[in-house]
Amino acid sequence: MAGEIYKKPVAFSILAAVVILAGSIVTMGYPMLRGDMHPRLENLRPFTPLELAGRDVYQREGCSNCHTQTVRPLRSEVLRYGEYSKAGEFAYDRPFLWGSKRTGPDLAREGGKRPDGWHQRHYENPQAFEPRSNMPSYAFLKAARLEPAEVRSHYLALAAFHPEMKTGEGDFAALSQKTEMDALVAYTQWLGHAVARRAGGPALDLAARNPLGDSPQAIARGAKVFAENCAVCHGDEGHGQEGVAPNLIDDVFLGEKGDMPDGAWFALISGGSDAKARIGRPGDPGGGMTAFAGQLSADDIWSAITWVRAQQAHERKEPAELERLEHGPAKQPEKH
Amino acid sequence: MNAYRYDDRTVQGFILSAIFWGVVGLLIGLLIATQMFTPAANFPPYLTFGRLRTVHTNGLAFGLGVGAIFGLSYFILTRLCRVPLAFPRLARAQLWIFNAAIAAAAVTLLMGKTQSLEYAELEWPLDVGVVVLWLMFAANVFATIARRKEPQMYVSVWYIVATVIAVAVLYVVENLSIPAGPLKSYHLFAGVNSANVQWWYGHNAVGFVFTTPILAFFYYFLPKSTGLPIFSHRLSIVSFWSLVFAYLWTGAHHLVYTPLPDWIQTLAIVFTVFLIAPSWGSVVNGYYTVGQDWSAMRDRYLTKFFVLGITFYALQTVQGPTQGLRVVSQLIHYTDWVPGHVHMGTMGWVTMVTAASIYYVIPRIYGTTIYSEKIANLHFWLVLTGQLVFSITMWITGIQQGALWKAVNADGTLKYTFVEGLARNYPYWHLRALGGLVFLAGMVLFVYNVLKTIQKGKALEAGAAPSPAPAAA
Repeated sequence: MAGEIYKKPVAFSILAAVVILAGSIVTMGYPMLRGDMHPRLENLRPFTPLELAGRDVYQREGCSNCHTQTVRPLRSEVLRYGEYSKAGEFAYDRPFLWGSKRTGPDLAREGGKRPDGWHQRHYENPQAFEPRSNMPSYAFLKAARLEPAEVRSHYLALAAFHPEMKTGEGDFAALSQKTEMDALVAYTQWLGHAVARRAGGPALDLAARNPLGDSPQAIARGAKVFAENCAVCHGDEGHGQEGVAPNLIDDVFLGEKGDMPDGAWFALISGGSDAKARIGRPGDPGGGMTAFAGQLSADDIWSAITWVRAQQAHERKEPAELERLEHGPAKQPEKH
Repeated sequence: MNAYRYDDRTVQGFILSAIFWGVVGLLIGLLIATQMFTPAANFPPYLTFGRLRTVHTNGLAFGLGVGAIFGLSYFILTRLCRVPLAFPRLARAQLWIFNAAIAAAAVTLLMGKTQSLEYAELEWPLDVGVVVLWLMFAANVFATIARRKEPQMYVSVWYIVATVIAVAVLYVVENLSIPAGPLKSYHLFAGVNSANVQWWYGHNAVGFVFTTPILAFFYYFLPKSTGLPIFSHRLSIVSFWSLVFAYLWTGAHHLVYTPLPDWIQTLAIVFTVFLIAPSWGSVVNGYYTVGQDWSAMRDRYLTKFFVLGITFYALQTVQGPTQGLRVVSQLIHYTDWVPGHVHMGTMGWVTMVTAASIYYVIPRIYGTTIYSEKIANLHFWLVLTGQLVFSITMWITGIQQGALWKAVNADGTLKYTFVEGLARNYPYWHLRALGGLVFLAGMVLFVYNVLKTIQKGKALEAGAAPSPAPAAA
């Protein structure tokens, strides 16, 4: 009789265990035996000791409580962050750090998007970049030196799973000169390296002309676009920030004197750093220019270019004329 | 009789410990709710949101939740088996180790020693301690059942046995890792596999810490405190087996649209939708039990705790499966909707039923009545209001967030930057903290009422103590 089982605790417990384990075996145990649970992209490279130390800091500070590391295959998500996440990107992630909440943005494609200096300053004081941000300050990481012996033992424990993780003893010793901030920035730049970024923006068209010209409406709109999107790195007036982003007002662009054609400006803003190589100037081919193609409309980008040009023209004027522009024409002494 | 006395002291010890960790966890909850809109309320390195959130979740799930599970399970088991606990001294040792473990958990999490696995953050030496604790619990549960004087095992016993078995399997597999230092380890599983193991565990930790033991309380304390028998034993049987079977298939609904193979996601979604049935089996059983005589709602102050508790369980178990659907998941996943969902379960279902069970147990340990029904009623209305404000504001802001993230202009560009979406959460985050504050006020009344009842019971005991002595002599 079926009711008898409720009088037999041993039989009951065994039956309960079997019923509980059924789903576990099918959805958790069995998949482990399949190759598609252990993929690895060819481009994926393991952490360096510095990057691993940074990942340890990321774990310790609980960054995954507010940031995810997986881009979903949704249109808006690919526009915002970049190529959606692939299973083969996470072969070294023990554990995975995908998170479950986006109080802050996803970080899966953060690597290579911005320069190291941007990240350092942002970790130090997030509100300096975005006053509306609710991220805590991590300035204390700058003062914390890495412990080479500790990083070494962590690295070797992880390397036990991954024979290809090899590094010289010297690499560990060198870590004593590095801070936890350096490590966290290095790890941030590691994120998403195995997947090629989507080629941002349209093809480079050096003959393209700014369709907005220099109308006052375009300048006003460009001022707003610049303040909301560009000033964070390039400064409120476009003078750049040391180690973060170059000056847009001086006369040197991508390592060469002289302004770039409209089409190059447009390609650089819409495509980000990826467009640099195509422009054919000698400047640093790496770096951290964000691709704005998904976030700004073509007219937004053109208006920002208009504003930068107006700003350049403004600042190249004589000081006296500047004074007059800012404070209106000097008053003539009244005649008697 | 003496043996029963001794067991109940341990039961009370677990209940008081659970309440203590509960208050700590709620205060931290209030601090992190404030940090959401005041970055200056972070005090690095120890008191930042990133570290405190895990102290909050661990303190409440393992301090309040598991503490209450230990204590109330022992109370229920001894009554249903009609024998004292098999190993009372082991249970007493378990009580001390439990408190030491939760204290060590809080300290190490504040130090940033975490495995970064949700609800399994504790590092490996603490995991060893948790396993030891669980084995002590299992030994007492099984040995007490083996010595029972009542041949039939009641529904609550089934749920306790299922909890003991499932949590043991889940916790051990999830925490398999390679130690890299005294308080540092790397997961044995990597990448997508690590994710799959984690959410198999994470979802079922909810199932077997926040569902099955609470159902054990519900099936025991609801009839006890209303005087009404459970409506249908057959429904209890069907719900039990289908719940413990279906739960374990559903973890991957936390990983919808991630790189986890699609078939695992789809299988999880299918079972998640099915899970409505066994959950509602208990819901229906609860309603029809009280439905035999609704005047219990008016005459017995604990009835409303159980009825509202099972109501939130009902809502929770429909909302959860809805969230699992791909079309809903893509809107609300990763938003504040999810904490709204979780807190309806924990504040509405788990805490409501657990508090009512404690209100039932504490006076009975001393053969007295509750200190104040009036305070208990006020506690009820405060936690109900606080929880509703909390959950509803989070659902609204979650939908808003999801919609702003997805909004696209006609020319195919995004309409809002990330921070524009974030900035619109602030009013709701203020309201959420307010809801939490009201909830905390209710819980403070609960603690006061429990402590006053114990004081009253002790005074009674002190007054009654001298009389048996001469009788014995």
